[in-house]
Amino acid sequence: MTTPLTPPKRKNPLQRTRLPVLPSGIRSRTAHLLTQAAAEGHFGLPACSACGAVHYPPRDACPKCLSPRLVMKDVSPLGRVAAETIIRTSTDAYFRERMPWRIGTVALDAGPAVIAHLHGDVREGDRVRLALKLDKSGQAVAIALPEKETPNMGDDPQLRELTLDPKFRRVLVTDARTPVGRAVIEALVKAGAAIVFAGLPETWKPAAGRDAIAALDRVEIHPLDVTDTDSVQELAAEIGGKVDILINTAEHIRPGGLLDRRGVQMAREELEAGYLGLLRLAQAFGPTMRFRGADGTNNACAWVNVLSVYALTNWPAYGAHSASQAAMLSAAQSLRAELRPGGVRVVNVFSGPLETEWYQPVPPPKVAPSQIANAIVDALRRGLEDVYVGDIAEDVRARLATNPKAIERELG
Amino acid sequence: MAAFSTSPRAGYDGVVVAAPVTVPYRRYSINSAHWWIGRALRGLCDAARLSPADLDGFSVSSFTLAPDTAIGLTQHFGLSPRWLDFIPMGGASGVLALRKAARAVQAGDATVVACVAGDTNHVDSFRRTLSTFSRFAQDAVYPYGSGGPNANFALIMANYMQLTGATREDIGKLAVAQRANALHFPHALMKKPLSLADYLNARPISDPIHLFDCVMPCAGAEAFLVMREADARAHGLPFARILGSIERHNAFAEDVIQYRGGWAVDIDALYAQAGIAKGKVDFVETYDDYPVISMMQLEDLGLCARGTVAEFVRGNSFTVDGSCPHNTSGGQLSVGQAGCAGGYLGLVEAIRQLTGQALGAQVKEARVGLVSGFGMITYDRGLASCAALLGSA
Repeated sequence: MTTPLTPPKRKNPLQRTRLPVLPSGIRSRTAHLLTQAAAEGHFGLPACSACGAVHYPPRDACPKCLSPRLVMKDVSPLGRVAAETIIRTSTDAYFRERMPWRIGTVALDAGPAVIAHLHGDVREGDRVRLALKLDKSGQAVAIALPEKETPNMGDDPQLRELTLDPKFRRVLVTDARTPVGRAVIEALVKAGAAIVFAGLPETWKPAAGRDAIAALDRVEIHPLDVTDTDSVQELAAEIGGKVDILINTAEHIRPGGLLDRRGVQMAREELEAGYLGLLRLAQAFGPTMRFRGADGTNNACAWVNVLSVYALTNWPAYGAHSASQAAMLSAAQSLRAELRPGGVRVVNVFSGPLETEWYQPVPPPKVAPSQIANAIVDALRRGLEDVYVGDIAEDVRARLATNPKAIERELG
Repeated sequence: MAAFSTSPRAGYDGVVVAAPVTVPYRRYSINSAHWWIGRALRGLCDAARLSPADLDGFSVSSFTLAPDTAIGLTQHFGLSPRWLDFIPMGGASGVLALRKAARAVQAGDATVVACVAGDTNHVDSFRRTLSTFSRFAQDAVYPYGSGGPNANFALIMANYMQLTGATREDIGKLAVAQRANALHFPHALMKKPLSLADYLNARPISDPIHLFDCVMPCAGAEAFLVMREADARAHGLPFARILGSIERHNAFAEDVIQYRGGWAVDIDALYAQAGIAKGKVDFVETYDDYPVISMMQLEDLGLCARGTVAEFVRGNSFTVDGSCPHNTSGGQLSVGQAGCAGGYLGLVEAIRQLTGQALGAQVKEARVGLVSGFGMITYDRGLASCAALLGSA
């Protein structure tokens, strides 16, 4: 039985903040097959396209037939813990601070034996479900979970190192004015966040649903305009040391390609709210979050970007907006590398067109703001890094993997 | 397609092993692996009254030589060998160097082969060696608690105890006997007597592995010479004969957790090559990175019938004067583990025992010794296993 987490006490301001250290993040290029699976929350193992044999650890030739044609294949994650050990002494600074640490050998039904982290509810001899997750260094690791859900499962300390669970964490949602922002705030309150800081630009303007949000327990509304450097820095000065998860919901969506725009004013606004907004937030909140990556139960752990899936390949009907989203995606990759030393993860949530006014003429399927909110909470609980919400996003993802030129021609 | 035919193993007639050299170990060293290997080479020349120019074969085993390998050492030490080998295979280094060098001498590719293993141990080098030991360790082991080999072998030990019924008392019996042997061995780093109670009550490291299941990483070097019997006699060098040897790697890959090694595949061939009845040896030097692995070797090397190793350990004594003298210098558990030199330690000790040059206690009437090597746990199991039977002159 997992001991449920207790709400963390108020931090003693005189106490030194423990600096984050990371588990070993060195991997072979081939091992990043697992990183990709973990980033999206799949379980799979390397398999041979020639003879079908599944193997682990990742290799560059099949150990049955020596074929070099190896791919990731979804296989059953079920297996049995054949042996376990409790590590009490480690040469590594990260694990040394977290001793004792349990690992085991999992004999998978699919064949290979996998050395894995063990969830606290798992014992030697148990049937387990193996999951691939990203650790604090951002690299894939396997953890053996109970075959069936157990009470307070997500509170297990070894599992919580691999997830970004909002439970007891303090979250900044940067723009409560957007429908997505409002849905995300509601979902976080339900998910047990300690506080949700709701950013609101232009507070003098009436905002839909503002009263409903203000009435929610554990929600604080703060003025925040991501297009205004002073506003971002003021809020960071006030709450920056308490932001464990930052979810950027600021948006500026307008239809049209490059030739539809007269001049660059609208594109500039897109960049101000999009790319430059992300930059301002990163500069104001990033350094403190990176510093607080190991700061107890409610350490800084995640940065979430809500992006259009057309950041990945341009949709000319919203061509200028797609370009601003591509800039944000690129910035997010840089941010991911820059926050990694703190163990803070960057989660990109890719969505198709939303069920909101700026996508009004676009035919369905469209994504409801609540879908995005639920996907974000799910991604945080599972520790995902790349999330595709809705049929369009999944479709774009699959087509890009198959033939990026085909989708480029078809979207245009 | 017809299977390939296997030719019978040729003997090692006329080839001998001599000049056992140990450069006394140190817990930490500020010197490089090159320094330790250089001292061992000098030790070989002194022991055999040779000049470096006489060494026309050179076999090196080391983990801490980077960025050098064996070839760089030739210039470093002013050697010009006509036969060169690099065997960075940890616990298998000694026997592998021996059997390769013996064939080179036998075939005339070299006259005198200096076989040397040496490693340094800087304050942080053990951690560095662990995290980059192998690609599989880097990808699939070290990120899991970074317990190093302790955690790996804990999984093997937990499983082995369950499978064989061996208890911590049984496994500890080997460690305790080795410490008793080490008290006579001048180069042993561990000098305090060890009781079974000490072993059982030691602090846990990675359950079920406790402190006295673990070797202490240190710096050191071991070496020996391989040459023709005629040359050994001409130089008045005491020598031991090579009666047989085997190696086998990545055996039993289908075993979920390792409970046997490659010896189990070839052990009958080893005794047949030597013309010795299974298990009829005067002493055994196993590779003891953990005493449970020594136990596994006793079983695989045919000292007892499969499945009876727990009773075998209970019914025998393992000190130099015991019914089954084992790791007579104290083994790595008590002498220290000097990287690849740990893979030479048992072999160098066996040469001493068989030539009556024991530095510690001498096994009485030591005529046949069994030496085994094991090593390279790159993912979840030791991949390399090897063994040699040596005889007195």
